Amino acid sequence: MMATTAQMPAPIQTPSLLPQKLRRSRPLFDPEILRRATKDSFLKLNPLKLAKNPVMFVVEVGAALVTLFFLRDAIAGRGLLGFKFQISLWLWITVLFANFAEAMAEARGKAQADALRKTKTDAVAKRFFAGGQIEIVPASQLRVGDVVLAEAGDLIPGDGEVVDGIATVDESVITGESAPVIRESGGDRSAVTGGTKVLSDHIRIRITSNPGETFLDRMIALVEGAERQKTPNEIALNILIAGLTLIFLLAVATLHPFALYSVRSAGTGAVPTIAVLVSLLVCLIPTTIGGLLSAIGIAGMDRVMQDNVLAMSGKAVEASGDINTLLLDKTGTITLGNRQAVELIPFAGIDELELADAAQLSSLADETPEGRSIVVLSKEKYGLRGRQVADHEAQFIPFSAYTRMSGVNIDGRTLRKGASQAIESFVRDLGGVIPKSFQETADRISRMGGTPLAVADGSKLLGIVHLKDIVKGGMKERIAQLRAMGIRSVMITGDNPLTAAAIAAEAGVDDFLAQATPADKLEYIKREQAEGRLVAMTGDGTNDAPALAQADVGLAMNTGTMAAKEAGNMVDLDSNPTKLVEVVAIGKQLLITRGALTTFSIANDVAKYFAIIPAMFMATYPALAQFNIMGLHTPRSAVLAAVIFNALIIIALVPLALRGVKYRPIGAAALLRRNILIYGIGGIIAPFPGIWAIDQLLALLHLA
Amino acid sequence: MTPNGMLLIAVYFAVVLMLAKPIGVHMAKVFEGRRTLLHPIFRPLEVLTYKLTGVDETAEQRWTHYTFALIAFSAFSFLFVYFLQRLQGLSPFNPQEFAATNVPPDLAFNTAVSFVTNTNWQAYSGESTLSYFVQMMALTVQNFASAAVGIAVAIALVRGFARQQVTTIGNFWVDLTRAVLYILLPISIVAALFFCSQGVLQNFHAYTHVTTLEGATQIIPQGPVASQEAIKMLGTNGGGFFGANSAHPFENPTPLTNLVQIVLIFLIPAGLTYTFGVMVGDRRQGWVIFSACSVMFLAGVLVCYGAEQKGNPVLSKLGIETAATPGQPGGNMEGKETRFGIAASALFATVTTDASCGAVNGMHDSFTPLGGLVPLFNIQTGEVIFGGTGAGLYGILLYAILAVFIAGLMVGRTPEYIGKKIGQKEVKMAMIALLSTAFSILVFSAISSIVSFPSPGKGATGQPVARSYWNPPGPAAANVANSGAHGFSEILYAYTSGAGNNGSAFGGINVNTPWYNLTIGLAMLIGRFLFLIPLLAAAGSLAAKKRTPTSAGTLPTHGPMFVGLLVGTVLLVGALTFFPALALGPIVEQFLMNQGKLFSFLLFPILGV
Amino acid sequence: MLKHFGPAFRMTLFLTILTGLIYPVVITGICQVLFKDKADGSLILRDGRVIGSQLIGQSFTRARYFQPRPSAAGNDGYDATASQGSNVGPTSLKLFERVKTAAEQFRKENPQFRGAIPADALAASGSGLDPEISMANAEAQSARVAAARRIAVDQVRALVTRNIEKRRFGFLGEPRVNVLELNLALDRQWPVR
Repeated sequence: MMATTAQMPAPIQTPSLLPQKLRRSRPLFDPEILRRATKDSFLKLNPLKLAKNPVMFVVEVGAALVTLFFLRDAIAGRGLLGFKFQISLWLWITVLFANFAEAMAEARGKAQADALRKTKTDAVAKRFFAGGQIEIVPASQLRVGDVVLAEAGDLIPGDGEVVDGIATVDESVITGESAPVIRESGGDRSAVTGGTKVLSDHIRIRITSNPGETFLDRMIALVEGAERQKTPNEIALNILIAGLTLIFLLAVATLHPFALYSVRSAGTGAVPTIAVLVSLLVCLIPTTIGGLLSAIGIAGMDRVMQDNVLAMSGKAVEASGDINTLLLDKTGTITLGNRQAVELIPFAGIDELELADAAQLSSLADETPEGRSIVVLSKEKYGLRGRQVADHEAQFIPFSAYTRMSGVNIDGRTLRKGASQAIESFVRDLGGVIPKSFQETADRISRMGGTPLAVADGSKLLGIVHLKDIVKGGMKERIAQLRAMGIRSVMITGDNPLTAAAIAAEAGVDDFLAQATPADKLEYIKREQAEGRLVAMTGDGTNDAPALAQADVGLAMNTGTMAAKEAGNMVDLDSNPTKLVEVVAIGKQLLITRGALTTFSIANDVAKYFAIIPAMFMATYPALAQFNIMGLHTPRSAVLAAVIFNALIIIALVPLALRGVKYRPIGAAALLRRNILIYGIGGIIAPFPGIWAIDQLLALLHLA
Repeated sequence: MTPNGMLLIAVYFAVVLMLAKPIGVHMAKVFEGRRTLLHPIFRPLEVLTYKLTGVDETAEQRWTHYTFALIAFSAFSFLFVYFLQRLQGLSPFNPQEFAATNVPPDLAFNTAVSFVTNTNWQAYSGESTLSYFVQMMALTVQNFASAAVGIAVAIALVRGFARQQVTTIGNFWVDLTRAVLYILLPISIVAALFFCSQGVLQNFHAYTHVTTLEGATQIIPQGPVASQEAIKMLGTNGGGFFGANSAHPFENPTPLTNLVQIVLIFLIPAGLTYTFGVMVGDRRQGWVIFSACSVMFLAGVLVCYGAEQKGNPVLSKLGIETAATPGQPGGNMEGKETRFGIAASALFATVTTDASCGAVNGMHDSFTPLGGLVPLFNIQTGEVIFGGTGAGLYGILLYAILAVFIAGLMVGRTPEYIGKKIGQKEVKMAMIALLSTAFSILVFSAISSIVSFPSPGKGATGQPVARSYWNPPGPAAANVANSGAHGFSEILYAYTSGAGNNGSAFGGINVNTPWYNLTIGLAMLIGRFLFLIPLLAAAGSLAAKKRTPTSAGTLPTHGPMFVGLLVGTVLLVGALTFFPALALGPIVEQFLMNQGKLFSFLLFPILGV
Repeated sequence: MLKHFGPAFRMTLFLTILTGLIYPVVITGICQVLFKDKADGSLILRDGRVIGSQLIGQSFTRARYFQPRPSAAGNDGYDATASQGSNVGPTSLKLFERVKTAAEQFRKENPQFRGAIPADALAASGSGLDPEISMANAEAQSARVAAARRIAVDQVRALVTRNIEKRRFGFLGEPRVNVLELNLALDRQWPVR
């Protein structure tokens, strides 16, 4: 625990929970994006491309068929041309609207990719070759294992690891964060990313990825959606709507012979024309969801991206909606990450002031927040001013993971502070006595969630400093929200069980893993998964990599090591561990939007039957007029109104598809009830007034 | 609708409700290999069965082998039934000396498929076609076997939900044997004895020739009826010993036997919903299925009963009483028996099509259009309202998978049912099953609506044309007994019944021609095997999955909300698929009937009255 | 697949013998002992000769007998080897005309009868062998039967009442009269020479 905080220098951290977002987020209907999407929606009419979407492919084939029949009749001079023309027009519009939705979602990504791509061009590298000389080569010639030099002002030519030196680097091209970060050899801050810029000093970098495989390349591919693979749930949904399309194809195709029989047996009327049959088919097949499905998926990824999280696959985003267990690191995630000294507890016979003095002296050189907080506490509570150490013969002993203590040798005194066990053995070794109350006090502090820091002056144990973990504001509410989503939160900490339990209680987490080693973490994840749960975690260190890889959703911090970033399936560019909660919400939103629009799409069909079936057989069986409950004007206006409604609903729902249905953490049952009401029952009712209104308008305009 | 009729429905439902749990628990014990009260008697027989058939009781099968075993068994069953019919001239127990010529190959094919697939569609009339030997050795056997196969598949699918991370779903031979020995046979024995005590025949005598009171001759049929009747209802088979099925006084002599018959139809299917709950370790899940079925059952029976009791307005103009009075039932009595009246007939029609039974105690063809729409739509939705033995449960689980998949997404998680994630494979299999039924109903109906067979004589180019083997010359649609919309309903009902493995009919249509025998036979095969095999595949994939524990974020599938969702899915999918066809059949006919429009028989035009 | 053929064949054979032979034969044995009369068809004897079955309707055309419901079994109705309903649909002209003719005939044969004709009287039964008619149907025919037998209509009514089969347990089925038994009772009480 002290190990991480004692590391120098501290990385420059993103200051708040709400990171400054990339310039990536644009208004939903940015004019440039609109222009691009409009163009693309025509390009997407190419049947070879459309064939991937069975629903819209059927619509296109239908549109082509109706157009053909319209042309044939136009040449032959047969009647009802206006009607047939309008039907074929609206069928094409249906396809275009669906294309437009997809193009809109893609255009946003493409615009971002263009911006990123600009940073890639014409980078050069200063490559070392045998003998330590430097040659200038294009970045595209670098291979894994090459070592390059990057100096102030240079673009780092490729992904790599700092092997020598320390430098400040501007990573804003990746993270959107303008504050520079420090990169140095060794440890967890050694990874650099191609395309970022060195601001000061110089570093030697060993290249770790070949051109075309760099982080920036992957990022471009991701935002562009070029490598977009359908997610498992999306494929399943595609199967469902393809199946439904086939069923409706059967229902409509067989309607022709059924109509033939009926016309013969009733002795009157006519069999519905191809235009009307195709209209019925297009109205019935789930065009709404079929047209919007891929847009929903792309937009979901885009929303993740706008949160400054890079998801390596859509599958990971989808899986995050399913998370059952969330592993949260205590330090930096649940708590503020720096403990504050709140109390000094001297042992019997020791003056409080003596303890304060020793504590302050031993902390003077300690630049960690804990160390500074001890200095401050001594000053404020005991009036001890910070002294200039230069006045004394002082030798500072830095913290080491081996000794687990730090301190100062000053004026012949050996002042030490550190973990209670470490100080205890230090005092014993010098022949000192351990007061009976020592263990008791240390335990008491632990139980309260604090960290006991013992202070000794040579063999004399002076007392204990109570360091307290401060739980972040709003944490408890977040955890409660997670619980409402059905997610168990588990706190991971290196603290002892007593301390961990107290913090866990304060933060309201469901479980905790104390004195956790990376191996414990991995074990815990495996155990959860064996019980059928999906686990998400965040991590940044190299030793987190196995657990990140094992977890179903592993969110790596961008400040972390390359190993961690490669093991996880998402990278948070803001390096904000609580971001997982947002990602979970986006994953859920993605699934809800799909479900809502599928339900809506299918529910819509009821009204369309009421519009089209009586219209089809008005002449054969006038009795079916009883089904015309909307009172549509004529059979033709009824069919046309249904087709137009069907097309308009797609474009009307584009914003919803791109933004996503709002997710509320109110529990599954309540959420389901709400969404069924809106999209199920609403989906049945909504088309009735819609079709009626269009029919009125058509009659008014004498279009049918 | 009379108070008495409503009381009948209420009492019937109460009996089913009361029996569901005990029979459900019994079946769960049987298929989990636990000891039951019947073990002292039937366990030795079970052991003997395995010994004689060379089955290893302990060997578990993957879904593929489970399916292969099922197909092999069905194939041999088909061959047995086919050849027993074709060789009936040589058989014992044949006092009427029915010959093989009664059963030409196309009819034998149709009947064999029909009984092996638990459809029991009958293109023949039993009392004038088949020997007692064939009725027993071929048909009664398949009543047991096909019902047991259905139960086995349902149990295999339930195991898919109940088990986790295993590759096997049980042993087909063991499930088959246990279904026969511990469930079907014991209940059939009791039911057969009861039926006989009420007047159902059970003998091997030749038909009795009598001189009636007015001096005419009447030939009274005989035969081993009760033993077949019991399993015909219990196994939701529905193939009657006689042409008139359960309307025949020798099959269903009293209102009491009638009640017992419909209780037997729902007994195993309703029990299986409970078995499901027990085996997946959450009885509420079973009750949810039971409740969804109950809602649909009650809605169906009330619509059907209401329509039949309202009667035919066209006839009431002729001075016929259509209201119920203390002395007569009123309503639409055409094709119904006096002893049953309207309520018991509407109830029977609803129950027999909720399940895949297909026995009838009144002629559906003569029901009012709306009254006939209920059985027709019941079958089209897949007979999942309790449904057939086993087939009902695996059918409604298919809908549960679909409901969970569509609506479940709306809670923001990959859909789960009983803790199993519903993924590509499950959805694909459910869609294949759904499509195969829709396909065989719609496509075959469409072909038969318009296909025409040539008359003998000269063809267009002058070459001689022989009389078609397949059907009498002219349109296949001319085989119907009623013209107009009702005639279309007859065709639609025939293929619906075949594909749904129901077996009831709008009986006016002449289906005993090679054309109909073949196409309905194919519809039955598709409806059975392309429905059941995908579900076994789904069982295999489900069994391999982990079971996710439930949380506040999981879609709850144990409350009224899910009942509504399930009912909605069943009705919506069925309605959307079949509405156009139904609109041109029973729906338009109902409108026409209300307007007093009639279809003349010879010519097609609609007449006003 | 092939390895399942052995068990499949043996299982089919085994079940055929168990459920196709042993089961029905054993049931027949028990029934022949316990319910011989019912198992053999509830046959009715008069003067030592079988004149029909209690459960199977037979045709009556003479005015002195109660007449059963219309039957579609066989060409002339009540052919017990060809049980079936009429299978005419509700919008069939055929049904309309058949009922119309039958209604006219019913009123002609039963001139004393007024009011709406009972639903069962003109509707063909499902089996074509329905042995029973409704109470109202019997009531509607009573006057004709009494006239044909030259007895008081109340005497016939009383006999009908004695022959009514009530609802089982008060709610199961419809109250009804067995035509053959009623006609036998008529012949017993007022024999026709």
